[in-house]
Amino acid sequence: MASSRRSMDSVQSVQIDGLVVLKIIKHCQEEGSGGTDLVQGVLLGLVVESKLEITNCFSFPRHNDDDEFDEVQYQMEMMRNLRRVNIDHLHVGWYQSTVFGSFINKALLESQFQYQHSIEESVVLIYDPLRSTQGFLSLKAYRLTKLMMEFYKDGEFSPEAIKSSNISFESMFEEIPVVIKNSHLINTLLCEMSEMSKEKPDYNCLDLGTSAMLEKGLRQLMSCVDDTASEANKFLSYLRQYQKQQMNKSQHSQKRQAENAQRVQRGENPLPEEDLNKIFKPLQQPSRLDSLLLAGQIDNYCGQVTDFVSQSFGKLLMSEGLQDDSQKPQ
Amino acid sequence: MASSLVCTVHPVILFSIVDSYERRNEDAKRVIGTLLGTCEKGVVEVTNCFAVPHNESEDEVAVDLEYARNMYELHKKVNPSEVIVGWYSTGPEISVHSVLIHEYYAREAKNPVHMTVDTILRGNKMGIKAYTSCPAGVPGKTTGTMFTPVPVNIDSYEPERVGVEVIKNGKLNPKRSVHMVTDLSQIETVCDDLQEKLTAITEYIEDVLNNKVPADNTVGRHLMTLVSSVPDLDLDEFEAMLNSNMKDLLMVEYLSKLTKTQISLSEKLSTL
Repeated sequence: MASSRRSMDSVQSVQIDGLVVLKIIKHCQEEGSGGTDLVQGVLLGLVVESKLEITNCFSFPRHNDDDEFDEVQYQMEMMRNLRRVNIDHLHVGWYQSTVFGSFINKALLESQFQYQHSIEESVVLIYDPLRSTQGFLSLKAYRLTKLMMEFYKDGEFSPEAIKSSNISFESMFEEIPVVIKNSHLINTLLCEMSEMSKEKPDYNCLDLGTSAMLEKGLRQLMSCVDDTASEANKFLSYLRQYQKQQMNKSQHSQKRQAENAQRVQRGENPLPEEDLNKIFKPLQQPSRLDSLLLAGQIDNYCGQVTDFVSQSFGKLLMSEGLQDDSQKPQ
Repeated sequence: MASSLVCTVHPVILFSIVDSYERRNEDAKRVIGTLLGTCEKGVVEVTNCFAVPHNESEDEVAVDLEYARNMYELHKKVNPSEVIVGWYSTGPEISVHSVLIHEYYAREAKNPVHMTVDTILRGNKMGIKAYTSCPAGVPGKTTGTMFTPVPVNIDSYEPERVGVEVIKNGKLNPKRSVHMVTDLSQIETVCDDLQEKLTAITEYIEDVLNNKVPADNTVGRHLMTLVSSVPDLDLDEFEAMLNSNMKDLLMVEYLSKLTKTQISLSEKLSTL
């Protein structure tokens, strides 16, 4: 390519075609049995200045254990065929469905890292099918920050590495604003469709039942907090062992020195300095990546709960207003 | 022989067709492609489609059948329950070549449905029509094929409808774009919408009361059901319910914020 490598800062927003949105919804609906299974697929498009345009997509079949299935081959064939009909064949990212927002895990990190490593501007689109059934279209685009990319590349997740790279759970992923855009012809189609379709407008989003969602949110938070607690315990036990080891090491070297002093007194040769590391094997430093991911996941859940709470408040206050008005003449 | 076939189409198909029309080769006047879906009990449900490259000139038409088969195989890997149910073409009319193409598809599917989407917007409408073929003519002489129209419905899954609604919001925007908004703003828009409808209804009622518009009994009955569907709750009961709901929300919000602060703290501590 003649142009220099675009820096990740250059992609400020993601523009999706209406077609892609509908395709993703449909894939998740059909294959994810309404949203409980994970559905993944590839996004195709191109980069225009500071916008990432996503113009088409296709889904990955789910892995069956007995199928020897060549993912790469499927992808290559699909892209070759789509090229024949002039569909953009540039990979710009991938999409995944999620269950209640629990998508921040190692698998996603790994895949996104691979993608971003080969294609700098790639994003991962997270689609929440259950929230869409409730009436809110939930489609978000995420990308690993530069900091996270470098950190992950090293592959070192010890506590020192985290400290030195200054990474926190908030600087792992960054969300990019999403815009849905349609062409003129599609606009015409929309007008035509609204005439043809006799569906009544859907007011599902005004549903006042909040307890199910709240319960679910709390449960997820609880399990995440449990996981974080166990990670913290692991870290603490490592620290304790490390302290003990240090103490043992210093004791040993002290004894050594005392012995050497005695030997020198008696006129014998001092014992050779032994490599302390051979006696006391260095402890394996625990990987802090899991706790980082868990923290990010908790952060995400909290954000979701806040969103949900704010719109529930709106609905409750609205119903209060309605009830007040109906009580007034009495 | 009239077939009682009904064709149900998902919105994604229409979007896909229009998109492939927009991406056609420069010299091609129309685009054709395969329709995938399921066919049961006289209802053909079209759930997926893909474009097939073809060349068309005055006297001949060439369709890349190999490609069509390949793509079908690939799609089958993703969704094994979809079968070929027909084909589509853009453009308002059914040409002679369509008959040939339809014959090919008749080999792949039992009773293929031919769908046309009028992207040339003849008559200022994007007509979406479907046909099935049946032989016509006088026995003994040359037989031809007649395409009988089949009614088309647009159906969608629940989430698809939500998606289409969101996309529809960009209709009137000069940039034809829709931003993803927070839940609260979405509720706001829906409320505004409801308010408009309510204003229209109240205006209508005023007009009827002032005898400007003749009263209509059916409308009156609907209005009765509307007004009586507002639940008549005891004020105290309602307040109690409202308060407990709010308290639940506040509690969960508080807990989640607490957890969030806790993690930030622990993170700072662990990197000391």
